[in-house]
Amino acid sequence: MKTYNVAGKVLIGVWIAAVTAAAFLWLPPAQGFRSPETARIVVFHVPCAILTFVAFLVNAFYSWQYLRSRNPLTDSKANAAAELGMLFAILATATGSLFAMEQWGSAWNWDPRETSIVMLMLVYAAYFVLRGAVEEKSKRARLSAAYALLAFPAMVFLIWILPRIVESLHPTNTLFTRSGLDPTYRVTLWSFFAGLTAVFVWMFRLRVQVEQMESRLQQHRQAVMEPLLTGEQG
Amino acid sequence: MTPEKWTTGSRSSSWVYEALAVFAKDWLLELRTRVAIGAVVLFAVTSVVAAGFALAPPSGVAAEVKAALLWVVLFFAAVAGLSRAFVVEEETRTADALRLTVSPTGVLVGKLAFNTVLMWALCAMTVPLYMLLLEAPARHTTLLLTIVLVGSFALACATTAVGAIVAKASTRGALFGVLSFPVALPPLLVCIHGTKAAWLSDNAWQAAMGDLQVLVGFILVIVPASLLVFEHIWSE
Repeated sequence: MKTYNVAGKVLIGVWIAAVTAAAFLWLPPAQGFRSPETARIVVFHVPCAILTFVAFLVNAFYSWQYLRSRNPLTDSKANAAAELGMLFAILATATGSLFAMEQWGSAWNWDPRETSIVMLMLVYAAYFVLRGAVEEKSKRARLSAAYALLAFPAMVFLIWILPRIVESLHPTNTLFTRSGLDPTYRVTLWSFFAGLTAVFVWMFRLRVQVEQMESRLQQHRQAVMEPLLTGEQG
Repeated sequence: MTPEKWTTGSRSSSWVYEALAVFAKDWLLELRTRVAIGAVVLFAVTSVVAAGFALAPPSGVAAEVKAALLWVVLFFAAVAGLSRAFVVEEETRTADALRLTVSPTGVLVGKLAFNTVLMWALCAMTVPLYMLLLEAPARHTTLLLTIVLVGSFALACATTAVGAIVAKASTRGALFGVLSFPVALPPLLVCIHGTKAAWLSDNAWQAAMGDLQVLVGFILVIVPASLLVFEHIWSE
């Protein structure tokens, strides 16, 4: 089991390094862009953006699971997904802003996708603020799961209505159609996506493990401290 | 009625009466103290007057800005008072009594009705004053009225369950605003869009019809979602 884990981690490292090298060395500059050399960033930006939304779905899924089962493990998983979602949202926004500065002339344009990712970050921020505001563990899990499930339909609505209100600068339907992306870009982008997804799963599992250990530590602490405290009183 | 009865039967017919009872009780208490309505209306009036000072007619501010500002004022005024419905139950320690006597659906629907009427009262006082002080174009009044009525109902729908979450948290301070903004954003954006249409475009009904449809759709999605999660927020 352990050798498989180590082999997996090495494989992820080599894979990501190889794809990164390919993005800079093998990919041709994208002609038709204002600055063709910087278009390589798309290969890193799009997977981050997709994983942000995947993390949001995972968070909603485990929140729903928590409300059904009241299993603390699902709460840890929902929290881990939200934290990773925030991380990838920041990465997607940073890479996107850099590219927007080169391509569209300004780092921020209130494009529907820019707006929706900021709103996702606001939801995550509110989620973390709520978790910080509730002391009791099961109550915190319950309330944050309920909030995640309230925010989910609102976000779906927002992502659906925004393009009707503001014009988009992002291309549409490039990822899945044959004519959208140059084959070299398509291969590199989805390879990076595969690598990043593996990193996502790895970090997710680590985060859940850490949280499990923390709660076990707290249980031990209580088990040790309680007799001492009651002993003092008696 | 005992808690066992809610889960076994007679629930579907009784939650309407329960909701009406909660609604009547909340308004009775509100009219005695006038805490929520005082907070909401005073906040709205002060911000409208402040906006009126800053953007009085000669300043030539575009109607787009006025439409956005109107809804910003309404939203933050709502934030000042809409969590009250649930927070007051925790503060006076009456939440347990309510939990014992009324089903969760009855509580949520009653509180939602309370918040909706509170929003409508807020709009009835704020919107005319706003239009007067900022000289907003008085066109397509029926459309504006429809957007304000449906939009403020949608805002109440979005924030009522969030208020229940906030009431359970230990530090309530600014939490309600932080938590309700992302949930209330879709109706807020649509309301701004629709208000712009009512003030600016010639065939306003046609321009705003999509917005009204989205508002109704939002209400039809967020209310069932609130009902589904509310049981988990409310019951200890």
